Amino acid sequence: MVIAEDLAREQRSISVAEFFEKNKHLLGFDSPTRGIITTVKEAVDNALDACEEAEVLPDIFVGVKRVEDEVYRITVEDNGPGIVPENVPPVFGKLLYGSRFHQIRQSRGQQGIGISAAVLYAQLTTGTPARITSRTGAKTPAHRFEVMIRTETNEPEVISHEEIEWDRTHGTRIEIQFRSTLAAKKRLLDYLRLTAIVNPHARITADIDGEITVFERASDEVPPCPKPVLPHPHGIEFGALKRLAAASTGTVEEFLVGSFSRVGKKTAEEMIGLAGLKPSRKANKLDSNELKRLLEAMQAVRVPAPPAQQCLSPIGEDLICRGLEKEIHLDFIKARTRPSAVYGGHSFIVEAAIGYGGRIPPEGNARILRFANRVPLLYQQGACAITDCVSQVNWKNYGLAQQGLPVGPVLIMVHVASTNVPFTSESKDAIASIPEIEREIVLVLQELGRELKRYLSRREKKKLQDDRARAVCSIIPEIAAKVSEIVELPPVDTTPIEGKIMRKVVAKKRTVDGKVSIEVNNYTGKEVEIVIYSLSRDTAEDAVPRPDFVDSIDGEYNKVWRCTLGAGEAWRVLYTGTGEGTLDLRGVDDGMKVVVDLDV
Amino acid sequence: MSREEMDARAKERLVGIAREWYEQMRDGVVPYIRLPTRTKRNLEYDDDSEVWKYGDRESTRSAATEKSAIHLLKMAYVIGFLKQQLVENRSSTLRELYYISEGWKKAKFAAQDESNLLIEDLEIITEMQREAFHLRPEEDGASIFGPLRLRETTRRGVKEIHCQEDVGEAGYPIPNNVDNLEFIDHDAKFVIAIETGGMYARLMENGFDQDYGAILVHLKGQPARSTRRVLRRLNESLGLPVVVFTDGDPWSYRIYASVAYGSIKSAHISELLATPQAQFVGVQPSDISDYNLPADRLTEQDINALKAELTDPRFATDYWHNQIKLQLDMRLKSEQQAFASRGLDFVTKEYLPTRLSEMGVI
Repeated sequence: MVIAEDLAREQRSISVAEFFEKNKHLLGFDSPTRGIITTVKEAVDNALDACEEAEVLPDIFVGVKRVEDEVYRITVEDNGPGIVPENVPPVFGKLLYGSRFHQIRQSRGQQGIGISAAVLYAQLTTGTPARITSRTGAKTPAHRFEVMIRTETNEPEVISHEEIEWDRTHGTRIEIQFRSTLAAKKRLLDYLRLTAIVNPHARITADIDGEITVFERASDEVPPCPKPVLPHPHGIEFGALKRLAAASTGTVEEFLVGSFSRVGKKTAEEMIGLAGLKPSRKANKLDSNELKRLLEAMQAVRVPAPPAQQCLSPIGEDLICRGLEKEIHLDFIKARTRPSAVYGGHSFIVEAAIGYGGRIPPEGNARILRFANRVPLLYQQGACAITDCVSQVNWKNYGLAQQGLPVGPVLIMVHVASTNVPFTSESKDAIASIPEIEREIVLVLQELGRELKRYLSRREKKKLQDDRARAVCSIIPEIAAKVSEIVELPPVDTTPIEGKIMRKVVAKKRTVDGKVSIEVNNYTGKEVEIVIYSLSRDTAEDAVPRPDFVDSIDGEYNKVWRCTLGAGEAWRVLYTGTGEGTLDLRGVDDGMKVVVDLDV
Repeated sequence: MSREEMDARAKERLVGIAREWYEQMRDGVVPYIRLPTRTKRNLEYDDDSEVWKYGDRESTRSAATEKSAIHLLKMAYVIGFLKQQLVENRSSTLRELYYISEGWKKAKFAAQDESNLLIEDLEIITEMQREAFHLRPEEDGASIFGPLRLRETTRRGVKEIHCQEDVGEAGYPIPNNVDNLEFIDHDAKFVIAIETGGMYARLMENGFDQDYGAILVHLKGQPARSTRRVLRRLNESLGLPVVVFTDGDPWSYRIYASVAYGSIKSAHISELLATPQAQFVGVQPSDISDYNLPADRLTEQDINALKAELTDPRFATDYWHNQIKLQLDMRLKSEQQAFASRGLDFVTKEYLPTRLSEMGVI
């Protein structure tokens, strides 16, 4: 008894703010270095969401500046719709305050924790308030607030509030100072680059301690803003049902038809019948047992999938490719967007892309880029369902080596868009393993794997052809020279072999004693009209024949010749030069031409 | 055949390869070369010569891919070099050839194994030995000790040597080019080829050569071509039986096989190198149990090697299959010198006399 009384004296409620003060890691603030990334991420997520809602092309500025030893000021500014002055303090100074929590649609932020957690983190490490500037339109002035959070009550505390001049007509700017390091600079830039990839309509400018990086937009189309939809009867839990029913004024039938998506009169009747209720009952008069029966009935009746077109906004195959290509140099890229699917009443769409070659490091595991609702997932790759699915696919079938993950110059991008992305934790680092989602991911990866295989085998064929071309055009002439010397006979001519083997238009460049010769042989059966491009530092002033056109860029000369070659005919040019640079041939299909640089 | 005739023939055959390519190219054909495949599966027993040679499996190497074209280019450079060497009457070692290729750009060899293999290819195509191209191996031959008198033509004149009286304890070293050797007379009943230096010295110390009229030949592991040619000539021209005494493990059986039947690598000159009459003395797997010899466990590689020998045509006899299966059951192997466990004289007083009379050699 005594102990219980002692304990009772100490038992009291805890404010959310206090709870998160002690459990920073749950929100992604485990370390000061990660704190910077999480803060930028939360602010950028909000900015992108806001711009999307206002249907403007996002123009986002991210600044990280050192103000004193180990104290950094983080600034994120957007051109979104702005926030009305009354709402600024709670949005930034109260945890769990937000506009999207009760909406069923795809959005980056959801719970209204992220940015206020950053404000809390700043005040914990430096004691300084967050400064927010916001303006909602040209006719209204901008407001500047300094806001802190009262941790004991989780209520905002306004330190100062003034109207100011601001050159932006609408938008929001937040400045937060906290103790940190720039150790994660590369990671921060990676995060911004990945964000730019999945938001190809956004321009992001980063100024990290004076170093400016601009991620340009690849598309000028604002993606349609996902519209909120009513909850799906299969995706609802008891608490939510009870709350919705209590707020309803109509009959059970009206309640079901009016508060849920895809429930018509017939479906509602079926559910009510299955639950053993009278259709005329008022929904707000149902007791707990009746509600439980109703919930079971709602789950049991077949209902069409929720309206994914409205509430989800996939990036789309074309924009995924454009987003990736503008940030990462690739030889091959293919993207796929799957049809929408459902898990537990929540709509979701899986999209993925596979890239090969280019600047991807040729050694080591494939690079995996994970995204959820257009937000990059940077941490806990190993714990994520996406990673797991990548390992489940048998990549050896598609021409890749595999040790758990595929190995080689491969990039795999997976985006899961959903009205409710199932994260493994509140820090939103990894997607939980939900069988329906995993199935979709595996399917999309298999589709892309087949595309990759097709590309790789085409490339292999091309390599064989190149190999043959090198053998025929470069080494056989050397064999011929040596053999002729041994047998003491006149040099044997190897062009007949070339023609017989190649049956193509063959262009060769060879440099001997400071003279560059370019020779084109038409070994096909048809007349061809070709354009020859030689790009190098050589001016080729003494070229015979003269180029039809010369273009000079930065000390390099692009020499262009045009000629028409009948079947079996040859064309040749000779000029003084070093022979470096490149040779190209146009006017003939890739499959019908061979360009060999014998100087390489 | 005189030396000049030999050189002319070598040059003619080498240039012949180049001439064939020249004609192929002149006719608009991608140059190619045909070679027997040099693998275990392409070994066949030749009834006439009683040795294992390459069979009919052939591979064609055509310059249609970069890799094969470069191979032919290298061969062309080597032919050019050997032709020049024959014309100028010079010679070089295999190692020197490898270094000379440094200046051949695309035709440069990546490793000496590559140039050695290419020379063997040329031996096969020309049906001549590398010595005919004036190429010498780096390796030295092994040594001989026993009642044999021979004459060696050296660069410093002709020398006559008795392989017991005129040599030290190391014996008479076999030169690279065995063609310069001539056997004068002997007082021997048989030749015993020994794998290890320890056993060779033991037989010498115990006077086994004198007591039994034996010519001791130290193989020094896998025997060089010159050693194998000496064994063949001792057998062929002097009519002496040859027996091979090695350790009791799969690698040593391959030493015996290369003496008796020829090796996979040089099956194209088996007729010159192999001594089909050579018999295996031991250590036999059955000796390990019969004499209760100290033994080691077979390793994974040993077991794999033994299993490979069960499919090797050179070991396709009842004797070998029984011995190999016995060894696989026992999972044991013994060295020649394990006989020392029964006293230093045991091998010369007991084991060899018993085993050799059983084999009908003495």
